[in-house]
Amino acid sequence: MLVTVINYGSGNLRSAAKALEKANKDNNLKYNIQISSDPKLINKSDKIVLPGQGSFKDCKEGLSKITGLIEELNDHVLVKKKPIFGICVGMQLFATYGLEEKKTDGFNWIKGKVKKINIKDSKFKLPHMGWNEIELVGSNKYFSGIKDLDHMYFIHSYEFEPEEAQTIKAYASYNKKIVVAIEKNNIFGTQFHPEKSQDSGLKILGNFLKI
Amino acid sequence: MLKNRIIPCLDVKNGRVVKGINFLELKDAGDPVEQATFYDKSGADEICFLDITATHEERAIIIETVKKTADKCFVPLTVGGGVRTIEDIRKLLIAGADKVSINTAAVKDPLFIKQASQKFGSQCIVVAVDAKKTSNNKWEIFTHGGREKTGIDAIEFTKKSVFNGAGEILLTSMDKDGTKTGYDLDLLKIITKSIQVPVIASGGAGTLEHLFEGLKIGGASAVLAASIFHYGKFTIQQAKEYLASKDVQVRIK
Repeated sequence: MLVTVINYGSGNLRSAAKALEKANKDNNLKYNIQISSDPKLINKSDKIVLPGQGSFKDCKEGLSKITGLIEELNDHVLVKKKPIFGICVGMQLFATYGLEEKKTDGFNWIKGKVKKINIKDSKFKLPHMGWNEIELVGSNKYFSGIKDLDHMYFIHSYEFEPEEAQTIKAYASYNKKIVVAIEKNNIFGTQFHPEKSQDSGLKILGNFLKI
Repeated sequence: MLKNRIIPCLDVKNGRVVKGINFLELKDAGDPVEQATFYDKSGADEICFLDITATHEERAIIIETVKKTADKCFVPLTVGGGVRTIEDIRKLLIAGADKVSINTAAVKDPLFIKQASQKFGSQCIVVAVDAKKTSNNKWEIFTHGGREKTGIDAIEFTKKSVFNGAGEILLTSMDKDGTKTGYDLDLLKIITKSIQVPVIASGGAGTLEHLFEGLKIGGASAVLAASIFHYGKFTIQQAKEYLASKDVQVRIK
């Protein structure tokens, strides 16, 4: 069984891969975890993790630069309907479009847009950076073992606004409620970094491996 | 609600901790990975490595240190010291650092911050501002670990850094650093009010009350401390319980 962490020149892939390895071991699973941008390997993957750091536009451009990558990701998600986990900007890329720097199309797997968190009160800093509690919406297999108001680590200035409310699986309270986890069929993503959220984050990655 | 962060800082030289925890239970007090793991388990919200390696040739060692730490610690890691080029940042991020702190290079070339934040995103670019008071309500920037005077106004420099894309400011008072008499609250207040990005208070923490002051009076989002944790005076847990008792929002496991 193969899990591929998509490497498209963005951010801290090593942490994501190492956290998956730890979750794999903790749960006595037998996944092979790879970091790759090779469409052939993605084609053979059972599960995909899409990390993302930097701007929506740069991440999308990074993905587009690798021949055949976007096609293979669409095939994995929409045709084969296999699991994908998006982290931070990786999750934001699921949207119809993002407004960071300029309007850029996302995968449109989960309808919605990504826009800057609108801060009017100067006591709220931006980026939204640090540990915040997540407020769970309904029950969800990815959050098995996670309690309402468990802390997760965030570092972002943009938020996902999905069109369909039923895709929202968790919020965090900041200047207002921010959507921090979304799910639709085989597609799941978090705005926070499970790979940096100590035991709670490892639990979520373990749940992803177990499904 | 977003919590205030407590960040222990470890000074690392040639891959060994030179200013860190000095507890008997550590097998090898010089091992950065062991120290980081200790703080990770004791509830640190982030960990900061300051690389004080003297020569350029030896800088590759910090990359190995970061790699080994990222293999074991699933907590955010900031690395600073000697970061001068886009390539330096890339290597640290790939090794597993989440944020990179830039000091001298940001002062020498303000456009470096712009390039770095455009390339990797503001979220991972921390500008380390080392400030020294020169007269009433006036502070000046120092570089090279506080040894060189620049004549640059600290408040203006900080604002410009944020404008250029810094996602966080690590503000150290050179006057207070090492004194254990508390943070420079006047400086903190002015800086936190002038910018929208989070500020980490650094330099001067000697008691738990100092942490409280930095967060509540100074308006910092996080406090960096070294000696009060390293020498076992207080644990991170004690610090958090104290802060919570004074109505400061902190993450308690």
